[in-house]
Amino acid sequence: MKRRKMLSALGVNLLAWLLSLILLAPLLLILLNSFKTGKAAAAMNLALPSSLEWSNYALVIEKGKLGTAFLNSLLYSASSVLLCTLLCTMASYVLSRNRRRLHGFLYLFLVLGIAIPINYIPLMKVMQTLKLMNTRIGIVLLYTATQIPFNIFLIHSFVGKISPEIDEAAVIDGASPAGLFFRIVMPLLKPVLVTVMVLTFLNTWNEFVMPLYFLGSTDKWPMTLAVYNFFGMYFKDWNLVCADIVLTSAPVVIIYLLGQKYIVSGMTAGAVKG
Amino acid sequence: MNKNRTYPTYFVFGALLLYVALYMLPSVIGLGYSFTDWSVYSEEIHFVGWKNFATVFSADYNYTRMLTNTLVFTVVTTLAKNVIGLALAVLLTKKVKLLNFHRAVMYLPCVLSALIVGMIFKSVLNPKIGLLNTFLRGIGLKFLASNWLTDSKIAFNSVMAVDIWKGMGYIMTILIAGIMSIPPTYYEAASIDGGGPWQCFRHITLPLLAPTLTVTTVLNVIYGLKVFDTVYSLTNGGPGFATEVMYTGVYKEFGLGRYAVGTTLSTIMTLVMLVAGYFMIRHMVKGDGQEI
Repeated sequence: MKRRKMLSALGVNLLAWLLSLILLAPLLLILLNSFKTGKAAAAMNLALPSSLEWSNYALVIEKGKLGTAFLNSLLYSASSVLLCTLLCTMASYVLSRNRRRLHGFLYLFLVLGIAIPINYIPLMKVMQTLKLMNTRIGIVLLYTATQIPFNIFLIHSFVGKISPEIDEAAVIDGASPAGLFFRIVMPLLKPVLVTVMVLTFLNTWNEFVMPLYFLGSTDKWPMTLAVYNFFGMYFKDWNLVCADIVLTSAPVVIIYLLGQKYIVSGMTAGAVKG
Repeated sequence: MNKNRTYPTYFVFGALLLYVALYMLPSVIGLGYSFTDWSVYSEEIHFVGWKNFATVFSADYNYTRMLTNTLVFTVVTTLAKNVIGLALAVLLTKKVKLLNFHRAVMYLPCVLSALIVGMIFKSVLNPKIGLLNTFLRGIGLKFLASNWLTDSKIAFNSVMAVDIWKGMGYIMTILIAGIMSIPPTYYEAASIDGGGPWQCFRHITLPLLAPTLTVTTVLNVIYGLKVFDTVYSLTNGGPGFATEVMYTGVYKEFGLGRYAVGTTLSTIMTLVMLVAGYFMIRHMVKGDGQEI
């Protein structure tokens, strides 16, 4: 009996490792080859590099114009995070606290966007009319708009868990609506706001469809599109392409490792009602 | 306390304005444009009735291919991600060493950009030097080595496989949370009654996970119908039309300047998902105490 238990524990562990390796192998392949010489990388195998070619990275940053692309991505992600978090928190707070019929309808209308796809071609018309085509501000507003539904859904359920008695006490003490929201309620929402900020940052950093449709000039492209463009030009130099992939993915992987707890809680919210 | 004064409705306006202008408005005017001959060349736009819809649903054109591909993609990836995700979730709620490491690894592909994943797999699936074919040749299964992304018979399967590889960790993570919310006393009672692992899974885990599985299914269906990134970065619809889905089709029509036809494709998808989405959203917000 004991032996059977040990065998099954061993089997479970082996299986977990096997699966993890299937997930890791392609990622390891990219990391290893980003340090190889062009010749060694042409074989695209999992052999360890004989020497570390850091020059690949320097070359990619220069040839792929990654400096500008990095700043663009950072600008789009940071601005969307700030704008989206602020607008969504204000909206979810009022929609959760003030439950008239109108607010119920507005909440459903806003979160319906989780399911509804974007109609890109007429969106181009709207962007042209608003003079937002091929502008940085236009892309930031688009990223904000597309992430409103899910973020409102996340924050709304969290606001409901905070007792309204706190609000009453603050109002009796003479707090204005804005003062109550910014000074009392918002600090209490910190856990869900961190989740929202992390998810919004990752989504914006990874997205590339909006720039594909709405950013014509390459100097405004974010990292994802820059790396794809680079791949089109240097697809034979796998060492350079791999270095480019590593540089583009490094920020999201770092944020993932640091904020795993928040990402998972955001991703599972709503799906599991405990 | 006056609720309307303490919680002023104008707090909602910022989000609402952006959402209406850049999310809902395009869908609404898109419906109108679906009945016109709008293109990059047209100086003025004419009403053409149901012509675009007739083009999209005509049997002799490649649109039927897009439609069936999108449906196949949705059904296959939804089933596969749920089944594999469930298996992974059951495995990674057992007593495994380095549990958090394994969970983190499984979820890792979900945080990478689909464009990046596409590029990684262009390398892995490269027929000559790719990791997969090299591996197959190495273990003596040379006959299995294929042109994964350029053979029109298997390219779509490869695309779906990559998408499953990327997305199964997400489903696993949700299901792990679902399994953890099942009270352990149920399993204790079952083991006292002599229930084995399979019986526990069949009669406790599965029925109690049913609501969570419903949600993962709906999420997957919505994702599958909307899919663009993975297909675009791996094959861009090719070879020929073998891997074309609705949204790569929309992008192609956009590139060709045939705006009306592209908009019509989008409108069809919007109408389908509006109906499906309404029921899903109602289900998701139900426990929220919101009166709707």
